[in-house]
Order: sequence, then structure tokens, then C-alpha cells
Amino acid sequence: MLPQIFFAYFAVVITVLSILVITRKNPVHSVIWMLVLFVHIAALYIFLNAEFLAAIQIIVYAGAILVLFLFVIMLLNLKKEEQERKFHGYWPLGVLAGTFFIVFFILILSKISVFPKLGPYSIQAIQSEGSIMTIGKVLYTDYILPFEIASIVLLVAIIGAVVLAKKRIE
Amino acid sequence: MPGTYIPINYLPILIILFVTTLIGLGPLLIGIIIRPKRPYPQKLTPYESGNPPIGEPRQRFSVRYYIIAMLFVVFDVEAVFLYPWAVAYGKLGLYGFVEMMIFIFILLVGYVYAWKKGALEWE
Repeated sequence: MLPQIFFAYFAVVITVLSILVITRKNPVHSVIWMLVLFVHIAALYIFLNAEFLAAIQIIVYAGAILVLFLFVIMLLNLKKEEQERKFHGYWPLGVLAGTFFIVFFILILSKISVFPKLGPYSIQAIQSEGSIMTIGKVLYTDYILPFEIASIVLLVAIIGAVVLAKKRIE
Repeated sequence: MPGTYIPINYLPILIILFVTTLIGLGPLLIGIIIRPKRPYPQKLTPYESGNPPIGEPRQRFSVRYYIIAMLFVVFDVEAVFLYPWAVAYGKLGLYGFVEMMIFIFILLVGYVYAWKKGALEWE
């Protein structure tokens, strides 16, 4: 019963916070609600026995990504009228993207079974070894290609940021 | 199976979260409830050492901050990948060493690129 209560709390709060993030007029308020949202998602990861992921959620998302969001807001720092001119009128695109993701998630949900067959990494197996050790052993042997692709993605992020920002400076 | 596991070890963290939230929000809420509220225009202007305020408080940041923040995020993620690698290093051996060197080398290319392009310089 207790896990269900906790899950219900997180599910409701995450949904409410997500709506708050996209409906605030002031973008800085959106970012602050997003911070609370990320902390709740981290707690949800802890309940899924993914401790390392929860720590990363706090360090990378709540720590680094949100700072980046704040920088982008400060970089733009548009006046009210400019905001309305620039960011309104995107709703047909928004509806299209929203419909796409609803269909996408329904397709995913139809694949999920409520009582799945358990894999080799049960809660006991992970806890006996440690969450980070398990991730390390699997990530750097079975998932070596995604791991190396991640470095390429990060490289693209560096080059993209430098190219975009250099144009502004010069 | 999700939904049956209670992370009991995290109970102290939950309690600390409650206490810190209380310490942070409590005084503010008490202040809102008990303080007298008599605003007038002079009182509501931002305090700038007695002078009338000039200009907007929020100004546009230089785009250089964005490059630094972006580079920080990228190398933050790199450090995240290094951590489980360091913990499991004893089990991975030379294979793990080589693949991490490839990973770091690819990011080093990006670092050198940013350096050569002058993205790390402030002037």
C-alpha cells in the first residue's frame, strides 16, 4: 500500500508541475517549477531502485541543464511585446507535436505488460552489488556502442554551441 | 517489479528535505502572515542607495556565458560517465581502459576545437 501512495503522490505532483511549467507567463518561474519537477522525478527513480540515475537527475538536470535554461532566458531577455510577437502563433505546430507524442505513448503503453518477466537485474541482485557497479559492468561491456555514440553527441553539442555563439560575438 | 520496492535507506533524506523546506519556507510564511502591509510607491521602488532607480534591472547577458555553460554541461556529463567506469574498473580491465580513452579522446577533439576557436577567451 505504501509504495502505491508514494507513487500516486509523485504521479500527481509531476503532472501538476509539468502543467505549471508550460503555463507560467514569466519564464524564470517556469524554470523554478521545473527544478521542483526534476527533484520529484529523481525521487521516482529512487523508488524504481535506480539510485545512480536519481543522483544524475539531480546533478546534471537540476544542476547543469537548468542553469543552461536560465542562461538562455537571460540571453533572450525579451520585452513583453516582443515575447508575444515571437512566441505566439506556434500553436498549430504544438498541436501537431502533442498529437504525435500522445499516439507515440499509447503505442508504448500497449507494449507494456503489468506483470513482466523479471530480468537478471532484480532488486536483490542490484543491491548486493551496488547500483553504480551494476551500471558500470553493463554499460561498458554490453552497451559499448551507445556509450561511444554518446561522446559523438556531446562533441556535436560543443561544436554546435561554439559555431552558434561565435557568429554572435563577431 | 516497480511499485513494490520501498527505499527505506532514503528515509533520512526525506526527513531532511522536509526540515529544510520548513526552514526555508516557514519564516517567509510567518512573515507574510504577521507583518503589517502598508505599501506606497516610494516603499516599493528598488533600493539603490537612496538614488532613484535607473534602467531595467534585468539586462541581456553576453553570449559568452552560454558557451561556458554549454561546455560545463558537456564535461559534466563526461564526468558522469567516468564515475561508474571508475567503480567498475577492476572488472573491466584493459578493455574498459581503451574504450574510455576513445571516449575521452573524442571529447578532447571538441575541447581543442573550442579552445582554438577562442571560445574560452573572454575578450
